[in-house]
Amino acid sequence: MLKPLLILKTKFELYWPLTKSLQTGLLLSTGLAGYMSARCPVMHWFDFLGLVVSLFMAIAGSTILNMWYDRDIDAVMNRTHHRPLADGRVRPDEALRLGLVLSVIGVGMAVVMSPLYGLIVFAGLFFDVVVYTLWLKRRTCWSIVWGGISGGMPILAGRAFGTGHIDDIGILLALAVLFWIPTHILTFAMRYFDDYQDARIPTFPSTYGFQFTRLTIVVSTVIAALCISAAGILIGMQWGFVRLLAVLSAGLFLLAVASVFRPTERINFGLFKYASLYMLAAMILLSV
Amino acid sequence: MKMTILDRILLLLTGLLAAYQIVIGINKLSTLPIIAYTIAFGVLLVAGLLLIILGFEVLDSPMVVIASTVIPLSLSLGLVWEHLAAYRTLYLVFAIVGFLAIVITRSVPMKNKLPVIVLACVHGIAGMMIFLLPVIMAISGTSHPAFSLVGVGGALIGVGGLLLALLKAGKPLLSRETIFRVLPGLLLLMTAAFVAGFRFG
Repeated sequence: MLKPLLILKTKFELYWPLTKSLQTGLLLSTGLAGYMSARCPVMHWFDFLGLVVSLFMAIAGSTILNMWYDRDIDAVMNRTHHRPLADGRVRPDEALRLGLVLSVIGVGMAVVMSPLYGLIVFAGLFFDVVVYTLWLKRRTCWSIVWGGISGGMPILAGRAFGTGHIDDIGILLALAVLFWIPTHILTFAMRYFDDYQDARIPTFPSTYGFQFTRLTIVVSTVIAALCISAAGILIGMQWGFVRLLAVLSAGLFLLAVASVFRPTERINFGLFKYASLYMLAAMILLSV
Repeated sequence: MKMTILDRILLLLTGLLAAYQIVIGINKLSTLPIIAYTIAFGVLLVAGLLLIILGFEVLDSPMVVIASTVIPLSLSLGLVWEHLAAYRTLYLVFAIVGFLAIVITRSVPMKNKLPVIVLACVHGIAGMMIFLLPVIMAISGTSHPAFSLVGVGGALIGVGGLLLALLKAGKPLLSRETIFRVLPGLLLLMTAAFVAGFRFG
């Protein structure tokens, strides 16, 4: 009786890191915020639960498929060589099966819940796994645009599920995530510059240099903050929350500017952490 | 100096209190005080988050002097605008000129004592305004006695500002470690005093 439980626990401990729980959680929170931003007059807990499960499975599934495909890169990079797939604790075929099962169930559930919602969830998975990971990641640093587009799909999907159609606010929210992604990814690409060089992955810092990358971060930060604020106002967010969002956006902008004029490793990683916190806070504010 | 878990919790609570004040605590005021208080509590919130993320070393940045000027200047501007209608324009001019003077004297290298004099004047006037105005109003019965808590917050911000300013000037009253140890608690007490003073006053 205890042995199957022990096996299950061991498997869970091995599989969980494959989902990149923090990243998946952040993307899931954007999907939920998109749904809650629709301000449905009646909260259907069945729908809400379905959204959580389907989005989690689709996002976790695509993340595992990415990790399966990129296991050779992960094995080379210092930051990722200890991941279960890279160090051989999980077999590649096992991870591939898990990623496919989660993806199919997640997308399948989404299609059953609403064809439009399912289509957007599928688009997110397709852009992330096929366009970003399989096709572009090893070819061009501009692959992050497609990574960003796929990152914007959960919030658009959640919003479309809540309203029943794709609207301007949903597109603004997706744009906000799309333009927030460079702040997140490019600060990471600068911090782990040598790792990406070793793995021969083209990044903005290696292609255009650090200063251009920092300027790109500032510009994308401003656009992301404007998109989130505009969406918040259009949704009818209370002024108090708009003020708080403006304050947090100003903090993000100032930190991005500081990273241009006083670039240090500490500021760079601080910007990465603050950007994650900012997105989470923005999603909470959009949901309230 | 490494930040402890307790320091992080205290700073997080400070940030949450500041966020509460921005969202709910100033809703019924007119436009300029709302802007002024949003800036003041916004700086507190972002400063708290940056301290949590970057650690105490962020206090070594030259930007700290400028950022720490914004809090008392905007708080005092909000108070004057609300309660001393006759001095609104005068104080608005003082706040803008004072802020610009600090930015300029901190950005351009100077060997005389002008930067210190400017800093002392601007902080002194703004600090006294935050401390004295609520206390006098509470004592004279013009406002609820709890409004004097804003003055207590003003006194605490003065203590914190003084400790940091003297530390940065190379003549610390307390050691660097002691200042950093008490700073998160001081920030929380100060913010709590402001929030309670505005809420119940």
